[in-house]
Amino acid sequence: MDSFEVTKREQGNINILNIKGYLDAHTAPQLEEEIQKLVDDGKYHILVNFSELAYISSAGLGVFMGFIENIRNNNGDIKLSNMNPKIYRVFDLLGFPELYDIVENEQDAIDKFNN
Amino acid sequence: MKILKKQKEKFQLKIPSKTDNLELIRTMIAHIAKTVGFDEDDVNKIELAVDEACANVIKHAYYKDTKDSIDLIVEIDYKKLTVIITDQGIGFDVKNILNRDIKNYLAQMKVGGLGIHLMKALMDEVEFKSKPGIKTEVKMVKYFVKDGKVENRVEK
Repeated sequence: MDSFEVTKREQGNINILNIKGYLDAHTAPQLEEEIQKLVDDGKYHILVNFSELAYISSAGLGVFMGFIENIRNNNGDIKLSNMNPKIYRVFDLLGFPELYDIVENEQDAIDKFNN
Repeated sequence: MKILKKQKEKFQLKIPSKTDNLELIRTMIAHIAKTVGFDEDDVNKIELAVDEACANVIKHAYYKDTKDSIDLIVEIDYKKLTVIITDQGIGFDVKNILNRDIKNYLAQMKVGGLGIHLMKALMDEVEFKSKPGIKTEVKMVKYFVKDGKVENRVEK
């Protein structure tokens, strides 16, 4: 059952992950693996585009928590963009907006990386 | 048709404790919640809370995917939906879990532990009973609410 998909793109030194479908305790390891590959390659400027994500549970948010400290220690960041209100609410309920850069669209995230 | 005060509907599901069953669990609970008249927003909340409770059972109670089962009971009466999720896993210290400060937890960038916070935020009542190694039960309630008032359910 392909209920979750990650596709990767690069724009300059920024690695963009498009996530699609349902991100839960079953599919979170797929996202974890993709971010781990980037980190292993020393790629610390990561943008995750949520526009095609239909569902997220805390297991999905846990993936970002697992990497953020290491990535920021390497002068990078994970920025999150294009969330629909249903997805954003889950991040908001857990206090993520205070700790993570959640922006409207990809361009906002790219601008923030470049400044 | 109105549901009479003493009338109850009950759904029961016994399902292997595996993460690939979460989708099935979500589909079932969302369908029931929608059918009994919750709006889309509440259906989403109930679906996520049940996912979190079951994911906790799979990840923590039994440590990993096993042949053990999760028992899921959904009861509907004239004013609320109640979900009871039971496992026979290792259990936990209820007080320790409920007293966590989520902000400190997040600031320390710790993974996990978020599910219970979400369940409490999404549902009207959340109650845990744990006898480690024997039985752990999570009971969650959502009331039929309109304009801030609990209202009796009307069959659509």
